[in-house]
Amino acid sequence: MNERENILGRIREALRFPARRPGSHGVTEGKTALPTVAERREVLPPVSSSFDEQVALFARNCAELRADFKLCRDADEATAELARLREAEGWSRIASHRGPQTERAVTSLGLPVLWTEGGYDKHELERCAAGITACDALVAQTGTVVVSTRTGGGRALNVLPPHHVVLATRDQLVPDLPAAFATLKERYGADYPSMISFITGPSRTGDIERILVLGAHGPKKLTILCV
Amino acid sequence: MNTAAKQFVRDATRLSADLRHRGLIQTALGKYEVKRDEMKARFRDWERARQLAADTKWEAINHLDQYLDQFVRQLEARGTRVHWASSARQARDLIRGILAARGARTVVKSKAMTAEEIHLNEDLERAGFTVVESDLGEFIVQLRQEPPYHIVFPAMHLTRGEIKDTFETRLHDAPSDNPEELTMVARRVLRQKYVEADAGITGANFAVAETGMISITENEGNARLTAALPKTMITLLGIEKIVPRLEDLALLLPMLSVAGAGQLLSGYNTLYGGPRQPGEPDGPEEYHVVLLDNGRTAYLADAEQRDALHCIRCGACLNVCPIFRNVGGHTYGTTYSGPIGSVITPNLRGLPDWKHLSYASSLCGACTETCPVKIDLAHHLLQNRRNASRVKPSWWQKLAFKLFAPVANSQLLWRWLVTKGGRVGQVFHRLVLGTRLDPAYAWTRTRDLPPIAPQTFREWWRARQNGSAEAGDARNAAKP
Repeated sequence: MNERENILGRIREALRFPARRPGSHGVTEGKTALPTVAERREVLPPVSSSFDEQVALFARNCAELRADFKLCRDADEATAELARLREAEGWSRIASHRGPQTERAVTSLGLPVLWTEGGYDKHELERCAAGITACDALVAQTGTVVVSTRTGGGRALNVLPPHHVVLATRDQLVPDLPAAFATLKERYGADYPSMISFITGPSRTGDIERILVLGAHGPKKLTILCV
Repeated sequence: MNTAAKQFVRDATRLSADLRHRGLIQTALGKYEVKRDEMKARFRDWERARQLAADTKWEAINHLDQYLDQFVRQLEARGTRVHWASSARQARDLIRGILAARGARTVVKSKAMTAEEIHLNEDLERAGFTVVESDLGEFIVQLRQEPPYHIVFPAMHLTRGEIKDTFETRLHDAPSDNPEELTMVARRVLRQKYVEADAGITGANFAVAETGMISITENEGNARLTAALPKTMITLLGIEKIVPRLEDLALLLPMLSVAGAGQLLSGYNTLYGGPRQPGEPDGPEEYHVVLLDNGRTAYLADAEQRDALHCIRCGACLNVCPIFRNVGGHTYGTTYSGPIGSVITPNLRGLPDWKHLSYASSLCGACTETCPVKIDLAHHLLQNRRNASRVKPSWWQKLAFKLFAPVANSQLLWRWLVTKGGRVGQVFHRLVLGTRLDPAYAWTRTRDLPPIAPQTFREWWRARQNGSAEAGDARNAAKP
């Protein structure tokens, strides 16, 4: 027997009797009412409509999450910041992907670079000191960086090396999560990347006595440079 | 009492008197409570958010056939192979079959309660596969050969010292009992496993019908790596994980994080829609999704308790439950513990063997109040009790209520037998209080028995009406 039809058949049979709506004191009927974007905004944490305040909120969230955020005047300042990180952490080998935001900045560092386009050796990626990627969006409400296989150089580049550096632009900052999902839908609606990740702070765990430790499996450091 | 009930009572009795265990749980959950309340307060309207989340899950569960069909069609359109399993055994057979067909030997796993539910690890190990749990907490309990203690915090019951000892004996690597150093030991060990593993197995927190994606919430990045490096990826999920639209996650993801871990948003919330696509640099060659029924469709047929399938496995009801906080997660002897486990286990595994869990409740309602998707847990516990007595009525309960009914229905009998008789009886009761001769020994062994009030409400009211209210009040105040 086809299990798909068995299971779907059992579901249809089970749903012949209506269930009471949540918080309705016994009402089972009524039209389907999925929450709208406006309704979700009315309950989620508030975000100002001013760009400067959104930047400030993103920065506050990053500080709380122990991610480093820097708003740069221009691309040169971001490149200089990368060079500073190279010195401070003694990078000898880095990984990145090609694209307008990353390519020039990464090559300017003068280090051997593992580019992930077209495939790569995962053992080599594991030995890289940093993964430098672009992103899809920054979310002010939660301090989140949204990356996908297309903007993050694949699935592993933004999670395997011990330091993840994100090169973002100011116009990528969105106020809240509903806006982030709307951006994704608009950009990829017909053809989504196979992975989209909402990254909120460096990798963390509290599994030993609920004590926060950074870098459980993923990056110990997350740096966001926004130009 | 059956075996499961005996074990529950034995372990509960032991652990509720274990002050060390209690201290650990209180510390861990105390930290969680502070962060959870702080994050709830950031919401404009957390109560309204619960209603919206419940509405979303209601819509998905009550049209599950349509949304599941849409989810599967979307997934298949992008090269994912979808498998359906009616039972735990079918799911295990399917997963073993996929691994064998791919020639896989080593498997890295990220946290999945459905895998615990079908006892996947034991089955795979028996078949000769090497399975490594990658979530730190799961990794620790796997080394100790224990089941997870809590849905979200699997190693919550262990001290750093115990974890150090475990690492020492099993990994021969434990520099100190510092949580950071211990975490780095696990990081080193597991990094190699990700790179070497032939296959990765994950669970899922949500399944988006609209776009055919699964969503995984985690903090460590272990699920990210499990889904990135091995050539084969398998996701095992219950059919109830469905949500209708991608945008529904804008609310459900932060609510899961707040309720589950006291975070506004957990570290990694990741959507997977298929295997490596053309033009992508990495990702698995094959992606398999195994949809698990294992009793869920039968649960769906119970319209009264259907909302238990709204559960997003955040563990919030465990954290607030006075029973869970006293007896701990292992005492339940089930995959899902705490209030949600006590509600669903008797219905999934059989009322006669598991009904005792429906009594592991003070009926305080804290679970219902905290549930982010508004499952009416406290009432479902009562419904389980009712259903259990229908399935297998207890003769002594029936007899007791037969005797009790005429007394409770008659003012005269109540007054003489219960009120006055009780006061007289209590005087004699003092003679045997707390000894084995005491008919109320089960209660009085560990608890006080409050004295029956010297005056009933009825008597007090009559005295008050007669103008001697002050005298009555004074008498009651003197003997609280």
